[in-house]
Amino acid sequence: MEFLLNRYRNIFALVGVIFVQLLLLGYQIKTKQDIRLIRVWAVSGVMPLARLLNSIRTNTIGIAGDYTNLVGVRDENVRLKKALDDLKLKNQFLENQLGTAERVQALAAFQARSPWQTKAARIIGNAGTGTSKVVFIDIGTNAGVAKGMAVVTPDGIVGKVIASYNSTSQVLLITDAGFAAGVISQKGRVPSTLKGQGTMLCLLEYIPNEENITEGEWFYTSGDDRVFPKGLKVGQVRGIRSGKMSFKEVTLTPSGMQHGLEEVLVILDGTHQEIPDAIDTSQQRLLPPPPSDPNVTDTRPRLGGNVTTEADEVAEKYNRVQQSQGHQFGEGGPPNFNVNPVPRVDPKPPTQ
Amino acid sequence: MNESGDQFLGRRVRRGTAYRFRPAAVILIPVIAILLQVYLPLFFSGFAQLELPLLVTIYFAVKRREPVSALLIGSGVGLLQDALSNNPIGMFGIVKTLTGYFAGILSQRMDTESPVIRFFINLFFYFFHQFFHWVMTTTLLGQQPGIEPLSILLYGLVNAAVAVPLFRLLDRI
Repeated sequence: MEFLLNRYRNIFALVGVIFVQLLLLGYQIKTKQDIRLIRVWAVSGVMPLARLLNSIRTNTIGIAGDYTNLVGVRDENVRLKKALDDLKLKNQFLENQLGTAERVQALAAFQARSPWQTKAARIIGNAGTGTSKVVFIDIGTNAGVAKGMAVVTPDGIVGKVIASYNSTSQVLLITDAGFAAGVISQKGRVPSTLKGQGTMLCLLEYIPNEENITEGEWFYTSGDDRVFPKGLKVGQVRGIRSGKMSFKEVTLTPSGMQHGLEEVLVILDGTHQEIPDAIDTSQQRLLPPPPSDPNVTDTRPRLGGNVTTEADEVAEKYNRVQQSQGHQFGEGGPPNFNVNPVPRVDPKPPTQ
Repeated sequence: MNESGDQFLGRRVRRGTAYRFRPAAVILIPVIAILLQVYLPLFFSGFAQLELPLLVTIYFAVKRREPVSALLIGSGVGLLQDALSNNPIGMFGIVKTLTGYFAGILSQRMDTESPVIRFFINLFFYFFHQFFHWVMTTTLLGQQPGIEPLSILLYGLVNAAVAVPLFRLLDRI
């Protein structure tokens, strides 16, 4: 026995270590439960070092950058960028409300319920594997972050929190192969499921071949997944192919990650909103803006009386030519249209 | 058969001796590799395809020439990677255990000090690692990760090319 153990020591060790890990794997897959303790140890050990690296980088490269730029411009830029991001989010919320409801109703709704309550976070690390699209952010349960919360940028959704620790959270990006979310198209309101595929493009699944989707069309979150509030930008359709299984093969470029990921917003308390209507450029007309106040009369040159259209104006002119020249239309030749007719007398507005 | 032929054909020729690392190095080097793997892709996206933890596992295996310690280091590095990813814990652990073990076996039969041999060892074990990870993802998790052979070939070459100077650097530590 001892001879066997010595002779096959390496094999026994290999089989033993793999067997233990297979047991671990089997337990996780069978029970669909995570072994959180190991993750907590790993995150607690590695993430403080990543945070330290990050602060070293910002305090060295950042200081050097400050010297090359004007003092204070960098901080000002960061502050303005954050303010701009907040405004973009609020603006998107307002645009959506205004685009789908009456202005007063939208304002009332906006006042009644404030938009999302968010928390800004900085990305301090990723999963450490090429296959997993997972990042770590520098806020956790201490800041109110919990598993399942949506992570966005003002340009679109980024991912969702899959684990939350004291001062760190793990975010599954929408490009990860394990990610899925409910989405809906802007034009035809076609529902679909967004899935990551491990690359920079995502897939839109379960869109029947007969549905009309166009390249460049925007997709928004549908709110069905109970993670992302309805109405957040997701991305634009990149390519469309007819699939084999009666569903289209649609790829989508996520809009939230196009400008790189450094800072994100975690939605602590989301609010559903309507999908904004698409603007059909082929049907676009140049219409004057509506009057801002119903008590103020139209600022266009008034035609007078019952004259409201160009056709009315032409008929009015003909009548005045008829009166000034004593002409009867249909009898004799045409009247002289070059002679100025009698000027029109506009009825005076009633005095108040 | 001359000596160099023996080295290449896997006779039991051990040119180098088994190297004993300080315990601190065995812990710190993999942790630094994982830390860099976690942090640097945020700024250089191409860095995500560099498998530094794998290269470090192979380095310890071929340098130590001891399959048991190599598989233990491999499993430790892999489990740490798993814990930081969204994978079930054990996926990278098993793959890197196998990688460390076979790299350790190989180093007992081959002189692994030459840069050329190190390049091909790393190239081979990169493919080995990716292949086993794909097999496990498919069979155990029931997922169908996409495979891009050209990309894997390219990343394998890049990893092998990076491994040569990296190993040289680690030799000096």
